Amino acid sequence: MLLLLAMAAIAGQATHAGKAKPLADDELTEKRLIAISSELRCLVCQNESLAGSHAELANDLRREIRTLIHDGKSDNEIMEFMVSRYGDFVRYRPPLKGSTLLLWFGPGLLFVLGLGGLVLYLRRRDLAIKDTPLTADEQRQADVLLHDHESSQGRS
Amino acid sequence: MNRFLWPLIGFIVLVVLLAVGLNLNPRDVPSPLIGKPAPNFSLARLHAPDQEFSPKELLGKVWLLNVWASWCVSCRQEHPVLVELAKSQTVPLVGLNYKEVRGDGAIDMDKVAAGSEKGMVVERAGAWLSKHGDPYTLSVLDIDGRVGIDYGVYGVPETYVIDKAGIIRMKHTGPITPEIYSSKILPLLAELSK
Repeated sequence: MLLLLAMAAIAGQATHAGKAKPLADDELTEKRLIAISSELRCLVCQNESLAGSHAELANDLRREIRTLIHDGKSDNEIMEFMVSRYGDFVRYRPPLKGSTLLLWFGPGLLFVLGLGGLVLYLRRRDLAIKDTPLTADEQRQADVLLHDHESSQGRS
Repeated sequence: MNRFLWPLIGFIVLVVLLAVGLNLNPRDVPSPLIGKPAPNFSLARLHAPDQEFSPKELLGKVWLLNVWASWCVSCRQEHPVLVELAKSQTVPLVGLNYKEVRGDGAIDMDKVAAGSEKGMVVERAGAWLSKHGDPYTLSVLDIDGRVGIDYGVYGVPETYVIDKAGIIRMKHTGPITPEIYSSKILPLLAELSK
């Protein structure tokens, strides 16, 4: 019975060891793997990075990147490997080129346009409400109104 | 009048942008491989596991490469279209059986004995084709999905149109519907076969 228990425990450990193996590889590789795969999109669950995804394909791609690191490929070469297969879409930071100009500068452009519009609007409003002195006629009317007001207050 | 004109224009622009944006399919990732040579490989054939097939053998022909697996639900959906296509004998149709065993979420790979995976792949893929019909000129086994990575496969089924010079001319991700087949693939095949 004890023997059986011991065997079960060993078997349990063995399967555990099997699952955790990829991490124990070597620290430098894993660090680079995490750095690279955080920059990459998982194509199956598109809002997850390759580093954080549990998708089957993400596992395969992480394994692939690990192999490339072992082969002595630079980070740029690995990035190029991914982009040549899955396109710019795998990169979380799209490269600056003709088709991505709007993506990179669109928000800034909108901001500048909005700011310009606001300044223009405020200036125009400022001009519209600038004080203009009363004409003699208007002054007289105002005096009459003010006088009426005072006398009505005095009466009550 | 002018007071309402600009907000109205802004609203219309917003509606147009949303209408376009929401109708885009985020799954439709443009493949960088279009216009590039089809990545080479050499993989065991399903019906003759001792022999290998390489895309070079089909140079000079227009052909289709269809990525499939028996665990892939959408593959079942597109299968009748492929069977029809095969009946018409338009072009060779090569099946890339993708991660037949280890891609199946129902199989615990820890329990698969080392060395037995290929046998399981052949058995399962063969059984599926005899049940649903085999439209493929031949099928090859991408057991670990390594060739799939070279082709940028990220969702099965996927289909590639490859021309006489071995250049990928089109990629379709997801099941081929009869509409897509007759409106997009068939005209392209006709043009390339000229």
